[in-house]
Amino acid sequence: MPASDHRPSALIEGGAVFPHRHLTGIAGLQPHEIVFLLDEAEQWIEANRARAGSDHRLAGLTQINAFFENSTRTLLSFEIAGKRLGADVVNMHAAQSSVKKGETLIDTAMTLNAMCADVIVIRHMSSGAVRLIADKVDCPVLNAGDGWHEHPTQALLDALTIRRRRGAIAHQRIVICGDLMHSRVARSNILALTALAAEVRVCAPSTLMPAGIEAMGVTPFTDFDAALEGCDVVMMLRLQNERMNGGFVPSSREFHLRYGLTLERLKRAKPDALVMHPGPMNRGVEIDSVVADHGERSAITEQVATGVAVRMACLDVLTRRARGVEGWA
Amino acid sequence: MTPRALVFRDATLVCPMGGVRQGDLLVRDGVIAAFGTIDAPDDADMVDARRLTLAPAIVDLGVFAIDLPAFHAGGIVRVGLMPDQSPVLDDPGVVQRAALIGRPGLWIHPISAATRGLAGEDLAEMAINRDAGAKAVGTGRRWIADSGLMRKVLAYAHDLGMTVVARPEDGNLVRGAVATAGETATRLGLPAAPALAEPLAIARDLMLAEETGAALHFDTVTTAAGFALIRAAKARGVAVSCGITPAHLLLSDIAMSDFRTFMHLSPPLRAESDRQAALAALADGTIDVLHSAHDPRGPEEKRLPFADSRPGMAGAETLLALGLGLVRDGGIAIERLFALLAANPAKVLNVAAGTLEPGMPADLLLFDSEAPWLVDGDRFRAKAGNTPFEGLPVQGRVKRLFKGGTALL
Repeated sequence: MPASDHRPSALIEGGAVFPHRHLTGIAGLQPHEIVFLLDEAEQWIEANRARAGSDHRLAGLTQINAFFENSTRTLLSFEIAGKRLGADVVNMHAAQSSVKKGETLIDTAMTLNAMCADVIVIRHMSSGAVRLIADKVDCPVLNAGDGWHEHPTQALLDALTIRRRRGAIAHQRIVICGDLMHSRVARSNILALTALAAEVRVCAPSTLMPAGIEAMGVTPFTDFDAALEGCDVVMMLRLQNERMNGGFVPSSREFHLRYGLTLERLKRAKPDALVMHPGPMNRGVEIDSVVADHGERSAITEQVATGVAVRMACLDVLTRRARGVEGWA
Repeated sequence: MTPRALVFRDATLVCPMGGVRQGDLLVRDGVIAAFGTIDAPDDADMVDARRLTLAPAIVDLGVFAIDLPAFHAGGIVRVGLMPDQSPVLDDPGVVQRAALIGRPGLWIHPISAATRGLAGEDLAEMAINRDAGAKAVGTGRRWIADSGLMRKVLAYAHDLGMTVVARPEDGNLVRGAVATAGETATRLGLPAAPALAEPLAIARDLMLAEETGAALHFDTVTTAAGFALIRAAKARGVAVSCGITPAHLLLSDIAMSDFRTFMHLSPPLRAESDRQAALAALADGTIDVLHSAHDPRGPEEKRLPFADSRPGMAGAETLLALGLGLVRDGGIAIERLFALLAANPAKVLNVAAGTLEPGMPADLLLFDSEAPWLVDGDRFRAKAGNTPFEGLPVQGRVKRLFKGGTALL
């Protein structure tokens, strides 16, 4: 697989290339700042693949992963990313936290802050919760998913996967299909991919289509077959079980009939189109196993590997000021 | 001892009925006795009102909290209290207590619950609550889903000569929503409902009001389609009126960006096109009432993720200044502003107040319409400073306030 030929422009020096204290979302990032994070992540892909594993740039720093909502893969990905950079990683699960005892989110944030974390990674079920915490703490905050709002590292890892596999993001025709309404992955991806000049289509039944989504620079479709025509990338979203039983969609088998990505349906996309899914998958619902496991077309496991690299890059970049890296302090 | 007469000397008098004129106003026995050019009685207290405006004190129709310092600071001496209190205003004891608790400085006119516990299932004791002091019946922030029951509410209230104050929002459509569906809610990832929820409810209730002959007041109307329905119904002679808050006239849903929970209102802020329709409805007379929807909420209810925060704003102290801003911007004449703030709400509540006509209680507001200030929630007299207008420069300050001729400020 060829790495993309994109190289960072050396025109912006030091910390000015990424002047943000936190990463709460893709919204608010300039295209060149997104590209900078992708470029930074490239080195870690190679290092991880080579199992170099001896970088200690975050040694002595404490990374708290505060997950107010259950997660397996994202939490694991952030934990591995931190540890590969030498950070002391502590995980706080909602189940063990005082949130259930009635403590407010702000109080929890103040508590985390008082423990002098050097970087806090947060997942929360309410849109905007991460921003709220970021305003109250002294260290960088990384959004690992807030409600239906944003999941910026997922969008970055998806963009990097596309760039590496397709050589570029600009002018790629990308369709995002599934539960758009409740998806932070969709929102962050729309923001990142449109910022990088991709042609983005979104596809969902009208019951799961957010109002005014075309204002985000995408073309909405309700017919998946039409949306797939000529696509370079097919990005499927997970449809949660509780939304498939009549609430938004009559049944999972009806959803599969209209929106399931089958091998047959995939033929409408370009012959070498890339298949992506943020996971966890409902095999046989939004994606057939033969597509998900397709050796050449599916990038699903590569997305996971890229995720660790992207999170390493984000942790590194956000802590540079505190670590006194030259040009950033 | 009878209180001494009171004369306001050389004020700009603003009467929703009589228009604007320069002159004096005489108060005797707590009642407006005369205005124009007055020979002051020898024993009268004199108030020098040069360069100040004298208008009827504000009747704030549809507040959610009793907050006397905020009301007085805002020039408000009467409020219509929404039934969604704790406990709900559906029992004569509760209604009577609410009606008396603010006196003498604040006259609270309870809007008693239309249904028991506001549950939308059984008629509440409207006549008994009326005798306990209720001035109207209402649905609060709830919606009566059962059209048959809403028809009975309107018919029964009509028998009693009470106006029904309704919140026009289809409850099924807005369930769980904290914003209006549109680009802003989509970008923020907030649960949202289409603005259509409002005209849908208005259409039904208008038809029921027309059929039963009941007087119906929609507490807050915010959509172009809603105003169109009400405009048409008024033209047909339906006894309908409607209100709005300054926030819905001056802000659109884009103000929610950055998850600012002080912008979490009920009904939620709408699209800019709906806001423009509201300004047009204000100008053409479709809107009858401007009210604060005063609902102070402290940090424990506002310093939360947007969808978890409580809706509502501390509106009492900015109502006058924002209303004067509408006058300054050319949207309405000042006498129309005081029809919206005093005369019309008094009419909905069926109380004699809200004008400067002789015989009316001397509920009077003396203000400096030019005095500039910055909205600063931390300096509010209200129980909480959750204003959506933080930092806004405004003009118009209350100088003196009188209830029945007695000075409150």
